[in-house]
Amino acid sequence: MSFEIRIARQFGERTIAAEFASKGGLTALFGPSGAGKTSVLNMVAGLLRPDTGLIAVRGTVLFDASARIDVPARQRRAGYVFQDGRLFPHMRVRDNLVYGWKLAAPVDRWMDLDEAIHFLGIGHLLDRWPRTLSGGEAQRVAIGRALLSAPRFLLMDEPLASLDRARREDIMEVIERLRDELKLPILYVSHDRDEVERLATTIVPIG
Amino acid sequence: MIITAEEWGVIALSLKVSCVAVAVCLPLAFGLAWLLARGRFPGRILLDALVHLPLVLPPVVTGWLLLLVFGNHGPAGRWFGEVLRVSFMFRWTGAALAAGVMALPLMVRAIRLSIEAVDRRLEEAAQTLGASRVRVFATITLPLALPGLLAGAVLGFARSLGEFGATITFVSNIPGETQTLPIAIYSALQMPGSEAAVTRLSLIAVALSLGALVVSEMLVHRAGYGRGRHVI
Repeated sequence: MSFEIRIARQFGERTIAAEFASKGGLTALFGPSGAGKTSVLNMVAGLLRPDTGLIAVRGTVLFDASARIDVPARQRRAGYVFQDGRLFPHMRVRDNLVYGWKLAAPVDRWMDLDEAIHFLGIGHLLDRWPRTLSGGEAQRVAIGRALLSAPRFLLMDEPLASLDRARREDIMEVIERLRDELKLPILYVSHDRDEVERLATTIVPIG
Repeated sequence: MIITAEEWGVIALSLKVSCVAVAVCLPLAFGLAWLLARGRFPGRILLDALVHLPLVLPPVVTGWLLLLVFGNHGPAGRWFGEVLRVSFMFRWTGAALAAGVMALPLMVRAIRLSIEAVDRRLEEAAQTLGASRVRVFATITLPLALPGLLAGAVLGFARSLGEFGATITFVSNIPGETQTLPIAIYSALQMPGSEAAVTRLSLIAVALSLGALVVSEMLVHRAGYGRGRHVI
């Protein structure tokens, strides 16, 4: 199983819960805005602690409430691509890209800077500051930064949301190549039916 | 405008007192700003009020409290004397202490604003990329808060240069030891026929303070979170 997830967390009056297991490819969490999809992603990343349940990815338990296992976010090796990119504004593109790469153990790295640049076509952006990038460029760099951090899986939170139609098509093709060429399990959040039907191997309705 | 050797001495002493006050206070101010911006603990409001107390208290009261606590027979004064061999009474170190205490609230405010302006989501992103808490602080939080830290330092420096009431109460007015710029101006005012000296010293004070404030505002604006936010 790529993802084996059974989690719940109380937010005031409401409960956000998810239960699914999926094999490889791209698993899309699909549902309306505000259904708690991002919270599920944050729990898998280790940024938010579930009240109960279990999170295992590629056979490794990252969280198990009953066994009191809670691997810290920095050790989960999740490549998280955020909706808003979240590039570090005080670092040039190059330093953003290698931030996680430098922190990863050399044996865990499976991609180097040149490969990432080639894969994403971002060689001309290396010396730019994040604030000068277009939405599509920033999202490519964010994907590159995640890939270079030696991740065991990817988390993508509506990576197309802030892009225009042409850029969406562009990034969509990148995501298809991530899914098919790199064979990296991807947990993907979206509220767009077309997007999910095109990209997803498994669809998990949320909310 | 000719500045006498004595006046150069006053300026040098003022700069020394202010630099030491800021250098010693800056780490403390950063720690307090961090606690107030990020900490969740009982007594946070009380700590906030205590830090800001010198801002609203009559400076003469602050000076008298310093005398009680840091005087040679005060609890802290005795400890500093015995353990660190530092005495504050009638010394320039006491002037630096008074300046630091008076500047602390302004420094904490500036630094706190800049820490609060750091996007926590960037820190989360760094965590998912494998950064430990210390590394997140060193590579994300601190660089992003740095303009505020610098602004706080400059502002604290300007405030220290102008410190008068607490200083004269705590360490008196001793030429060459505790007679800083404002105290020298005050002394000159007491003496007939020294209007020229008062003018010279006052112009120097205006230039130094104005320069510090301009630098401080520029640093905050350059950080980009200046919109609607000011240090003072």
